[in-house]
Amino acid sequence: MNEIKLELDILRYDPEKDREPHFQSYSVACQEDWMVLDAINHVKDHVDTTISYRWSCHMAVCGSCGMMIDGKPKLACKAPVKDYANQKVRVEPLANFPIERDLVVVQDDFMEKLKRVKPYIIRKEEKPIEEGEYKQTPAELKKYKQFTLCINCLCCYAACPEYALTPEFIGPAALALAHRYNQDSRDQGLAERHKVISTPEGVWDCSFTDTCSLACPKHVDPASALQQLKIATTTQWYKELIGMGGN
Amino acid sequence: MAYVRPVSTTTWYLKDRNYFIHMVNELTSFFVGAFALILLWGIGAVAGGPEAYQSFLASLTGPGMRLFLWVTTIVIFYHAIAWFKVTPKAMPVQKGEEFVPGSLIAGGHYVVWVVLTLIVLFLAGVL
Repeated sequence: MNEIKLELDILRYDPEKDREPHFQSYSVACQEDWMVLDAINHVKDHVDTTISYRWSCHMAVCGSCGMMIDGKPKLACKAPVKDYANQKVRVEPLANFPIERDLVVVQDDFMEKLKRVKPYIIRKEEKPIEEGEYKQTPAELKKYKQFTLCINCLCCYAACPEYALTPEFIGPAALALAHRYNQDSRDQGLAERHKVISTPEGVWDCSFTDTCSLACPKHVDPASALQQLKIATTTQWYKELIGMGGN
Repeated sequence: MAYVRPVSTTTWYLKDRNYFIHMVNELTSFFVGAFALILLWGIGAVAGGPEAYQSFLASLTGPGMRLFLWVTTIVIFYHAIAWFKVTPKAMPVQKGEEFVPGSLIAGGHYVVWVVLTLIVLFLAGVL
């Protein structure tokens, strides 16, 4: 197998020592089928054990290894080193989030926002268990299925200029999940969620740059969800105006 | 303590090609707004009688205004195309278990655009 030489410039930040982050370079001889995550793991295992970063599954499912690779938000486990062969690659923590340490970001803001949009099925009245499950047709499932593929890697937040400029913005992933539950035929929480979604820091802070969807490693389309939410919240507002709010 | 990276509020759109294209799209709204104001001015002139209307028409024929109207026409075409391109995202149509291809949704907007343009040109006596 051929070897690929990679010059990694990793952003380092130790809150106990550094006033601000700085880059540290590592030269890595990679196998050609490696991902950038493998190269970082190699540095951690053989060169510098002090580097901090998150990763877990190495198969684009857990969403832990989101980071800026050459200025673009990507999953490090899905970024082949051969795309950066024989060149310098800047590896930084996800943009738009505070840096906890090295490549680790503080995710508290997202977690709080995710909670606010109530990303779970809300029923006005639960039916008794003996009445059986809530059935759903394949067409009803198709309506929201793509939004269930979100792995909360936060690449969309790092790509979103609105989130960078207006940190109050609830942001793409959380709003896309709100849309996912609004679209679910088993859910009755639309009016409840819209109290959060229809605020200025909800969908109306989105100016539709589409960069969230372009950055998504799972091909979810949060930009589409947000534009649909704009239409839905407007329709809901008019319905409430004429006393037909409901769900 | 966690480190918060500074964000430029004035040059952020130069950092990424997609941000820049987005800002160009946003800028085209100025021309759409300006043309809407000219239309309102024209409607006001119609209400003001034949003389006011003739004066309005005359003010559209100066070289500066002609240039502005040509630029506005081109920019509004760009604006409309940019928006039609993203309509499948805002208005996806599901038929059974499948979504209608985005090209059909965007294409539908072009068809409506052409039909409305022909109607306006017909009413204006151009066709």
